Amino acid sequence: MLQLVIFSTLNGVLYGMLLFMMASGLTLIFSMMGVLNFAHASFYMLGAYFGFEISRRLGFWPSFFVAPLLVGALGALVERYGLRRVHKFGHVSELLFTFGLAFIIEELTQMFWGKLPVDYRVPPSLDFVAFRLLDTTYPAYRMFMLLTAIAMFVFLLAILTRTRIGLIVQAALTHPDTVAMLGHNVPRIFMIVFGVGAALAGLAGVIAGPALVTQPSMASSLGPILFVVIVVGGLGSLQGAFFASLLIGVVQTFAVAMNYSLAEAFGANAPPLLGDLWQVTIAQLAPIIPYALLVLMLILRPTGLMGTRET
Amino acid sequence: MTSTILRALSPWLLLALLFALAPQAFPSASALTMMSVMGVMIIFALSYNILLGQTGLLSFGHAVYYGLGGFVTIHAMNAIIHAKLNLPAPFLPLIGGLAGLAFGALFGLVSTKRAGIVFSMISLGLGELVSSSSFILRSFFGGEEGITTNRTKLAPFFGHKFGPQIEVYYLVAVWCFVCIVAMYALTRTPFGRMCNAVRDNPERAEFIGYSPRMLRFISFCFAAFFAGVAGGLAVLNFEIMNAQQLGAQQSSLVLVMAYVGGAGFFFGPIIGAVIMTFLQITLSDLTSAWQLYFGLLFIAVVLYAPGGVAGWLMLHAEAARRGELWRLAPAYALIAPAFAAGLIGAVMIVELAHHLFDQALDEGSAMRLFGVDVDAASMAPWLVALLLLGAGIGLGRLLWPRVGDAWGVVAARLNRAAAA
Repeated sequence: MLQLVIFSTLNGVLYGMLLFMMASGLTLIFSMMGVLNFAHASFYMLGAYFGFEISRRLGFWPSFFVAPLLVGALGALVERYGLRRVHKFGHVSELLFTFGLAFIIEELTQMFWGKLPVDYRVPPSLDFVAFRLLDTTYPAYRMFMLLTAIAMFVFLLAILTRTRIGLIVQAALTHPDTVAMLGHNVPRIFMIVFGVGAALAGLAGVIAGPALVTQPSMASSLGPILFVVIVVGGLGSLQGAFFASLLIGVVQTFAVAMNYSLAEAFGANAPPLLGDLWQVTIAQLAPIIPYALLVLMLILRPTGLMGTRET
Repeated sequence: MTSTILRALSPWLLLALLFALAPQAFPSASALTMMSVMGVMIIFALSYNILLGQTGLLSFGHAVYYGLGGFVTIHAMNAIIHAKLNLPAPFLPLIGGLAGLAFGALFGLVSTKRAGIVFSMISLGLGELVSSSSFILRSFFGGEEGITTNRTKLAPFFGHKFGPQIEVYYLVAVWCFVCIVAMYALTRTPFGRMCNAVRDNPERAEFIGYSPRMLRFISFCFAAFFAGVAGGLAVLNFEIMNAQQLGAQQSSLVLVMAYVGGAGFFFGPIIGAVIMTFLQITLSDLTSAWQLYFGLLFIAVVLYAPGGVAGWLMLHAEAARRGELWRLAPAYALIAPAFAAGLIGAVMIVELAHHLFDQALDEGSAMRLFGVDVDAASMAPWLVALLLLGAGIGLGRLLWPRVGDAWGVVAARLNRAAAA
């Protein structure tokens, strides 16, 4: 039991930090530009595939640095030549543009790398046991993922709170019009934020690819969870996104490890009409927990954990 | 007096005639199947547009109501067959509609609290919630293979057992016609107008005493009802229902149909449903990259024609009514070859790449492209494709100002005519 708690907490925090790497970019982009970026998880997927392709040719460490930069550059291009174009048609068109883009990226990924998962492996230099606790080992690569995510978090925090551009970004979160009126080149800031957001998602993909499965459906299965994170955390709130990421990461990881069902608690005889529900284990419920949390949050506290904005 | 009534009725008579005579024009079995699917999709796309076009709510989970309507219909149908009740097939879509309405009311309570992007995210979340539940509630959703039924076992309706596809087509056509009329009538009611007000300016709608939230909720219920009807009809048509029908892919499909057709006009989604169903069925026979074409088409509409096909048609209809359409012809004739060249080049690149990456390992790099045998691994076809695409884009950019100029002239003349 203790072992389950410790390792589930570790894995949950790790998953939460990965979620936050993507959710932070998503919520920044949404708060500043009003664009809900449907393609954000696609950048994560591209990160994983670029990481796979580059590490196959040049090794893991070059891909660790190059793949996120490539994805970030791609993100900046998408903003400059796609989003900025449809901006004049309104937010719905921007949203639909990213929606179509996500679809095309998934199709192209399938075309280039096939429908089946690719063989993206943990690099040999990180493929060892980090520590052993209560007879269970914990892989070093997971520790490396955790450290990368934490380093990224500190880096982001430092930029946002300690640099001039971070100051402008923060101001644009709450008062975008005023920032534009003060004479800052808001479109360029948008492009940079979009690019950095994409690069962060790409980095998450590069490091998550070997640990999870790198396949074309990884974007469409993760994307909705990211939306849940930023709604539950409260739109436009980075702290909220952080706590919501950790919450969802930990809750989902714990749920996966639990095999309890109603049948186990109250006996195998199910009351009429509840046949299916009776046999369902908590582990099977894990995929729907984030969405149930979303609905619950919207009923109890529509602004999310730490949000102040209504839309 | 009679002439105005006749004029108001004539589009509807024409539509009814179209529905009635379509099987005469396209009598083949595959055409009948396709037209039955089109009828179902028209209802589904129009129901979606009650949200997107009329109330300004962008939903990413509309297939939930289509699918749940279908599942309730199919279970009801099997129960009716089992109990030998005297309820024939034509009434079953109503069960789907009521089921859609019930679920719409339930989920609408949560999701219509907010409008805009938050609504979109909630609809996406609810869609995921329901489609992931389908893996848990297996006896209701039937797991991977879904639930099947047999429509001919239902009680006959005036001697018709709906075995042959033609009878199913007419069943779909009648339902489709009734739903089109009903949904059009809905847009003409004060309620429909208030929905437009909520879409355009919720604050002002509130000032004249309406609750935007209530209006959004009612409109959501209507949309869910008609989606449920479409789901029920789909069950009668396919005799199977599975969890894919309520997933993200089906929700995306209906969004693409309504948007490509043109969400700003009532008849837009009808065009969209017809075009997309036709493309889906014919393209999937021609090329395995058809989903990529769907995505590219959608992006092109978002980028260059946000009004959709209907918006584009209406623009030209106005010019045609004033007899100004011919002024556009020279510019269009100039740009058409560039457009065609670019399109062919783009299609060639997609097909070559698709063949090279997807099929070359199994089948070798030789392929047929536009009736010509080529080798996808050789330089020549790629050069031709790039040349065509480049020429298309270059010429298009060069000639596009002429189209703009022609439109400028036409618009100025239309304005003058309107002022006079």
